[in-house]
Amino acid sequence: MNSIQQLFQKKEKNVLSIYFTSGYPNLHDTTQVISQLEKSGVDFIEVGLPYSDPLADGPTIQDSSQIALQNGVNLDIIFEQLLSIKETNKTPLVLMGYLNQMLKYGEEKFCQKVVDCGIDTVILPDLPMIEFENHYKTLFEKYGITNVFLITPHTSEERIRKIDSYSKAFIYVVASASITGAKGDISNNQVAYFERIKKMNLQSKLIIGFGISDKQTFTTACNYANGTIIGSAFIKHLGNNGVDKIDGFINPIIS
Amino acid sequence: MKFQPSKDGYYGQFGGAFIPELLYPNVKELEDNYLTILESEAFQTEYKDLLQHYVGRPSPLYLAKRLSEKYGATIYLKREDLNHTGAHKVNNTIGQILVAKHLGKTKIIAETGAGQHGVATATVCALMGLECTVFMGEIDIKRQAPNVARMKMLGAKVVAATSGSKTLKDATNEAIRYWIQNPDTYYLIGSVVGPHPYPDMVARLQAVISEEMKAQLKAQTGNENPDTIIACVGGGSNAAGAFYHYLENESVELVAVEAAGLGVNSGESAATSQLGEVGVIHGSKTILMQDEYGQIVEPYSISAGLDYPGVGPLHAFLHETKRAKFLNATDKEALMAAYELTKIEGIIPALESAHALAVLPKMKFKKDQVVVVNLSGRGDKDLEMYINNLEE
Repeated sequence: MNSIQQLFQKKEKNVLSIYFTSGYPNLHDTTQVISQLEKSGVDFIEVGLPYSDPLADGPTIQDSSQIALQNGVNLDIIFEQLLSIKETNKTPLVLMGYLNQMLKYGEEKFCQKVVDCGIDTVILPDLPMIEFENHYKTLFEKYGITNVFLITPHTSEERIRKIDSYSKAFIYVVASASITGAKGDISNNQVAYFERIKKMNLQSKLIIGFGISDKQTFTTACNYANGTIIGSAFIKHLGNNGVDKIDGFINPIIS
Repeated sequence: MKFQPSKDGYYGQFGGAFIPELLYPNVKELEDNYLTILESEAFQTEYKDLLQHYVGRPSPLYLAKRLSEKYGATIYLKREDLNHTGAHKVNNTIGQILVAKHLGKTKIIAETGAGQHGVATATVCALMGLECTVFMGEIDIKRQAPNVARMKMLGAKVVAATSGSKTLKDATNEAIRYWIQNPDTYYLIGSVVGPHPYPDMVARLQAVISEEMKAQLKAQTGNENPDTIIACVGGGSNAAGAFYHYLENESVELVAVEAAGLGVNSGESAATSQLGEVGVIHGSKTILMQDEYGQIVEPYSISAGLDYPGVGPLHAFLHETKRAKFLNATDKEALMAAYELTKIEGIIPALESAHALAVLPKMKFKKDQVVVVNLSGRGDKDLEMYINNLEE
């Protein structure tokens, strides 16, 4: 069974996931960030693979990616880092990167490395459903890898149903039609959208992302989904406070 | 029709629509409607009328006698430089602004490199009374100041792209980001790049270049087919337009000229077909300059319209199938070609177009070989660069 699905069997509500950029703020912080996040009680972790042209990310994550790349991070180093904590880390990891990274690395080689690191879930925001169906569904199944799809306020019901049928980990519910970035409050429109999705009674678990930044937005979003992902707000904290103060960000949210 | 895209927008293995789910509704709306709109009588009537009376088409096909004499061929220049706004870019913006109107869009965004597409977009927005935002790399804003001033005068908002190489690639990233955040806007892409249906739509709108060429060659030489067509390629829109009606006629040689910058292997180049490998950029699978981990490499060229790390999927396919011959020209060769054309024909070309001219000395021509060089734009915007280098 998929690692995130296993997590949901133990915990169905108020699931907190944190996104961070590997190789940021320093090249060798990756494993430290993961263990600190685990210690502070995060339920699963999105490991960002820094990309030069991250179209679906906002300025905070793009800046952290640029710094990580300047630090010299690359896929081989990241896979080595993740492999080194495979035995000790018990928190499920999800890889988030862009399609071109997998293409260039070699699709089979990429999948093999992912599996070697004990990871079974990936998010590739620029992999559209039709390409997934035509080229990647079979490949991912061969390696037991699950792809996470995003839905937005503009995704049609028909499309959501189809995504639901392909989703084995969770559906990533994009809070607003925007790129990632901490934005503050949750609006009435967003609540209406969350309620609409909730009423569809999907088989998949729902994780809300984009714009979740603190206790208040976390709690509100968790009323409409199984949990949330926090990215930009955490990256900002990490950039300002370093790896030692991670619980200072997490504790107020889950307390 | 080997060189037309499939239903999903593929030219062989190149093309497609690699877009985040957030953009799906926008791209789908365009994909579902663009052919119906382009082929409608209402669109065609308005498009042709504007091209004739506003842009000044047809653009002349000029027999460059002294240039011909020098290179021992019959060389024609397709004078896209004489279009309103100074380049071929306006053919596309006129078409797409009508598409946007048909779709009921009122806010327009665009990316620009040299500023030609930005000016052409700001122009048609002024013409139609639509709100216009243009994304432009910070470095390009500096090196193409006159075009920035033009855009502002035309009422457009110019937003600086400050990430990455601060040039065309990054302007495109910023435009796409803005589009994701503002799904009610129409993204008016300036080249044959981006997710399907953009490459096909832009190629169709630029196809007027080769459509006119056919009639003009027939009238001037008795034969609608030239032996060779030469065009510069950044993203590839002027080349797509100049090649379009000859793509399936393999007796016509097609030559695409990329910017070699300081030299193809100097590390400062934009010759994508020579340096690139298959990858995904800006929503399209194509040939792309990238490192061993798929990170996009920042390209370099003296010309702000050619320093793009990818190339349109049609061109990737023309390269792979060898339907087009891909050559390149360095900064210096392009400058020399620009000075030469200015001196012997009295035409100051855009730096981009000068790259196409720069391969003339490298090619071997048969006597009476009919060659058309697509003179995609005029050199007003590059005067400062020309003046500075002239003094050296």
